[in-house]
Amino acid sequence: MKASGTVFKFGDNVDTDVIIPARYLNAPAPEDLAKHCMEDIDVNFVKNVKKGDIIVAEKNFGCGSSREHAPISIKAAGVSCVIAETFARIFYRNAINIGLPIIECKEAAHGIEAGDQVEVDFDSGMIYNRTKGTEFKGQAFPEFMQKIIKAEGLINYINHK
Amino acid sequence: MGMTMTQKILAAHCGLDKVEAGQLIEANLDLVLGNDVTSPVAIKEMKKMNVDGVFDKDKIAIVLDHFTPNKDIKSAELCKCAKEFANEKGITNFFETGEVGIEHALLPEKGLVVAGDVVIGADSHTCTYGALGAFSTGVGSTDMAAGMATGQAWFKVPSALKFVLTGKPAKWISGKDIILHIIGMIGVDGALYKSMEFVGDGIQYLSMDDRFSMTNMAIEAGGKNGIFPVDDVTIAYMKEHSTKEYHVYEADEDAEYDETYTIDLSALKPTVAFPHLPENTRTIDEVGEVKIDQVVIGSCTNGHIEDMRIAAKILEGRHVAKGVRCIVIPATQQIYLQCIEEGLVTSFIKAGAAVSTPTCGPCLGGHMGILAKGERAVATTNRNFVGRMGDPESEVYLASPAVAAASAVTGKISCPDELGL
Repeated sequence: MKASGTVFKFGDNVDTDVIIPARYLNAPAPEDLAKHCMEDIDVNFVKNVKKGDIIVAEKNFGCGSSREHAPISIKAAGVSCVIAETFARIFYRNAINIGLPIIECKEAAHGIEAGDQVEVDFDSGMIYNRTKGTEFKGQAFPEFMQKIIKAEGLINYINHK
Repeated sequence: MGMTMTQKILAAHCGLDKVEAGQLIEANLDLVLGNDVTSPVAIKEMKKMNVDGVFDKDKIAIVLDHFTPNKDIKSAELCKCAKEFANEKGITNFFETGEVGIEHALLPEKGLVVAGDVVIGADSHTCTYGALGAFSTGVGSTDMAAGMATGQAWFKVPSALKFVLTGKPAKWISGKDIILHIIGMIGVDGALYKSMEFVGDGIQYLSMDDRFSMTNMAIEAGGKNGIFPVDDVTIAYMKEHSTKEYHVYEADEDAEYDETYTIDLSALKPTVAFPHLPENTRTIDEVGEVKIDQVVIGSCTNGHIEDMRIAAKILEGRHVAKGVRCIVIPATQQIYLQCIEEGLVTSFIKAGAAVSTPTCGPCLGGHMGILAKGERAVATTNRNFVGRMGDPESEVYLASPAVAAASAVTGKISCPDELGL
């Protein structure tokens, strides 16, 4: 499994309220949530993001609310992967559970800039910055979580178990 | 090497004698919780599963507290979806307007959580029930769906941070000040993936309401859960509220902690978190002149009866400053009724405060107190992220009910001492 795209870069503590503000939670269809993804931190995000693009952030990405609407909005906006130095734990669970690939890598979080072309190999955990010609070894998922991601989420995983 | 209190509860729920930090387990659940925002997403996921019913209709709680009383048509549709599901599945613990309270105040009050339980909730503040000596943690809607169907959830067993609380709390110090102090000290990711275990001789001075406020905000330090040992205060609360059998677990003496912090409660000062993170704390003497437009006293963090009493004591015989809106929201119908019977509502209304039926409302920028661009609020809530209570250019300052009530009177962030109290 691989992802590749242009990077949108964010800093520390990107919380779920800025990923998808609560004022949009009354309409939880993925296509509706996608329209407002990252709105309170980057109003142009939805306009600029293309299918396959990658979010790179620093520490504690997805902190705050348990709203699964946050990773759903990112996935539905077309983002293929989120790379961060660390993730808040509920966001981490939610992303895996809905089949949004995420990967922890401190070096990549600091060595990748907005606009870089990046490729991620989920099986090896390798992250390639094609713009700068650098590469990073991210944390590959434990087998248990890889199965959930491959099944495209926890529900399919349970159905097939 | 021994186990922490959290590890012991988890071990007992996955049929193992021993678990250790980092181990992946599948634990049996005593309660699965959802609200009007998260349940409809979970219900949609559950419909994709090859299951007919829920694992136990008595071990699921659906609490319609966020955008209720229904704030608009879309919110009404979400509540209708949750209600139809609850009816169809025969879910016993379904609460809507008239009986509802803010979930994390309501469930303990109804006796649905007791010491030793394992609880997941599709709401990040589900960690509140650690105050009762239970393991409880927030999850998303898919985990809620899987939990409702199977009665199980997967966890990575957490390591722990130990907070030794010593001494008697100084004047005006509540559980809220203690937890804000801790978050200021360790940061919003200081407890990432970990348990926060609160111990020490100082906890004897903390009421259940103080403890609920503290475990409630474990998530604001990134924690998986916060937990208190079970003592006489916990047992008295459980006996008053629940008929469920409880189980007391204690950390082993040789349990391992990643860090141990000692906090002298007698040396703390009222603490305020500045925008836009709960870790941006300042003690009240460092605040300076911060004028405000709104005060919110309520939420799952501070909508308890003790919070209402301290706020009413400060507002009684005084008046909310001109130009300031003060909104008081008791967390449950029972607390609301107590506020009426004890005369607290009279004090609030005479002081010029608005009193609302229980709702999460303004805490997450839902309704019942949204901020305009450039407005500032002092709130007893739990988050002050960008846009949390309204416009992305508004500001939220987190504080205790005592500081919030005093600030309502002066129109700027204030300690009750400023009122001669």
